[in-house]
Amino acid sequence: MLSVIYALLFWVATIIMVVGVALRIRKYARTPAPLKIPTTPAPVTTGGVVMRMAREVILFESLFKSNKWIWLFGWTFHMGMWLVLIRHLRYFTTDVWWWVAVAQPFGTYAGFAMLLGLLGLWARRFLVERIRYITNPSDHLMLALLVAIAGSGLMMRFVVHTDIVAVKVFMLGLLRLRIETLPSDPILLLHLGCVAALMIVFPISKLLHAPGVFFSPTRNQVDNPREQRHLAPWAAKLEG
Amino acid sequence: MADGDDLPKMEHPLEIPRLKCGAMEGLQPFVAAPEHQDKLGFPGELLPDWKERALEKMAELAEKNRAFQVYLDACVKCGACTDKCHYFLGTGDPKNMPVARQDLLRSVYRRYFTFAGKYFPKLVGARDLTEEVLDEWYSYYHQCSECRRCSVFCPYGIDTAEITMAAREIMDSVGRGQKYSNEIIGKVKDIGNNLGLNPKALRATLEDLEEDIEDDTGISVRLPLDEKGADILLVTPSADFFAEPHIDGLIGYAKVFHEAGVSWTLSSYASEAANFGLFIGSYENMREIALRIRKAAQELGVKRIIFGECGHAWRVAYSFLNTLAGPWDFLDPNYPVPQHILEFTWGEIQKGTLKLDKSRNDHIRLTYHDSCNVARASRMGDEPGGQFEIPRNVIRAVCNHYYDMPDETIREATLCCGGGGGLLTDDLMDLRKKGASPRMTALQQTTEEHGVTHMAAICAICKTQFSKVMPAYGYEMDSVVSVHQLVSNAIILTGQEADEG
Repeated sequence: MLSVIYALLFWVATIIMVVGVALRIRKYARTPAPLKIPTTPAPVTTGGVVMRMAREVILFESLFKSNKWIWLFGWTFHMGMWLVLIRHLRYFTTDVWWWVAVAQPFGTYAGFAMLLGLLGLWARRFLVERIRYITNPSDHLMLALLVAIAGSGLMMRFVVHTDIVAVKVFMLGLLRLRIETLPSDPILLLHLGCVAALMIVFPISKLLHAPGVFFSPTRNQVDNPREQRHLAPWAAKLEG
Repeated sequence: MADGDDLPKMEHPLEIPRLKCGAMEGLQPFVAAPEHQDKLGFPGELLPDWKERALEKMAELAEKNRAFQVYLDACVKCGACTDKCHYFLGTGDPKNMPVARQDLLRSVYRRYFTFAGKYFPKLVGARDLTEEVLDEWYSYYHQCSECRRCSVFCPYGIDTAEITMAAREIMDSVGRGQKYSNEIIGKVKDIGNNLGLNPKALRATLEDLEEDIEDDTGISVRLPLDEKGADILLVTPSADFFAEPHIDGLIGYAKVFHEAGVSWTLSSYASEAANFGLFIGSYENMREIALRIRKAAQELGVKRIIFGECGHAWRVAYSFLNTLAGPWDFLDPNYPVPQHILEFTWGEIQKGTLKLDKSRNDHIRLTYHDSCNVARASRMGDEPGGQFEIPRNVIRAVCNHYYDMPDETIREATLCCGGGGGLLTDDLMDLRKKGASPRMTALQQTTEEHGVTHMAAICAICKTQFSKVMPAYGYEMDSVVSVHQLVSNAIILTGQEADEG
């Protein structure tokens, strides 16, 4: 019964996340940017813009300029999360890819980096007057969700092990649209439940910052307005 | 009105104040009268169904402007921008923190256009659009100078200026416009410039200036108006025709053109570089104003267009003119369209056509204020960052004593003068004085360290704002100077006695 509930939950969550984010991306892509508004100094070539965007999403360049504490916690959390995600790919492939195997030892400890980053960010929401002011309940909830995911994951890795082989069988089954038996450890169920919740809220929450940054005109536009005329379709109609 | 007593005492320019909730709540600029609104195609008074119309407009903007849509969605409330706005630093009002300013509108967007806001409004800070909300919008979206400093520091590049412009456009569309900006746009449409200076008065002003230059130097330097067949059309903010220190800058342009031996002209039809359509976020109004320049260029048959010293005007010119009023295929393809006067002057200095005596500026110990729109929304020259280097290059070529202000307050991190974005009006003087405090504190530090006496700027708004607020910070009102005023001081015109002046 539990296995059925979790299988359905993950299928539904996956569909909501994939379709929801795809629709959002389609909306961003189809909405025109009527004017050239890169924050300057900006790159003057497309290659330069790719580099700027890469620095932004890999190094968090603007955040680094802004505030070293937020950068430290935010960057630690995100990079930790990527390593953890890569490590988790082993539960979705029958034969573990070599690069996933390479990431394994790093991914294990990256869980701690992820958790520390999250706790740092959360602490700021209480301790810094300005950030307390701009925080909504949903911001706390999002952090709680992520902390629960990271915490329960670390628990299973270092304290109370679950039957990870059975979990892998369950996950591989989901990919083949089959329902296998999921171990019923509470920590595992908490871990997976929170992950599914996160997937479901992705397209309707601030997690949209992930696809959004790539569509941000101040970051993704080339600084060449004198050389190349930029005209939105609706603005072209004004010219009649 | 602030008498200067409650100006913040800052230890350093970026000192973060304690939150003072509601400190600036009551400050609103005058509302536009029906006749100001009509000319721009906006309803004269607040419509009875303003709420529905506002929401319709919001939906329309989300479809027409990617920045608006993405920026409403992407913010994670990380707090990176919270201490970046000069109005927050100067007033301590938390609603002047960029993210909080955006949230005034984002909360409404969420309530009506997102799943979470429709069903869990409390959870995500969503709220209904009410008269109180509209009032709050009117206050705080007129306490943003659209300077984009926050956008430099946001990890997603969220530009509060885009949200402010959208909010102002929504308010205009329901009949709650701002008098200052909208009245001025009307004047440009009627007469051709923000001041309402008609061609006859403009010609007389220019003739007076020609006489002044001749009295001063013994050389006849022309300031031509509406001369067909001239090579260059100069478009400059109309403040250059009458205000101090702007007018000394205009004299500088004329001297540079004279020495360069080029033919140039001003246009009475396009006698305004400023384009307040930007401030109110109205593409249509911005376009209409920009098209005046196209028409003037075609009628006068010029080959090039050069813009005088003006910050937001250079943004509209550099970044938008091609979009709004291009293509410019009828102009000489050997020159960028448009060019900045500093690009021209720096070119002439490099060519060696100008005879300059730097010692004529020795009574001045100078620093330079990067104007926000030039710094963060445009470029000069071929290289990114040319907008920082070219003005400094020119200044160093005409001035012996030059010192930068602290690094975190210049170039891309420059602080707004406090009067940009449609806020240069007396009804907002309290805000203007407080908003200037980070910049003024940076200047005071530079004065203590290097004995700096003057600050140069290349923006008509910055110049007016500083000459008004600098006395509150212990400087003379003529401590702000035009860059081309310094050029004008240093130039020795051909035929002029070298030891004169």
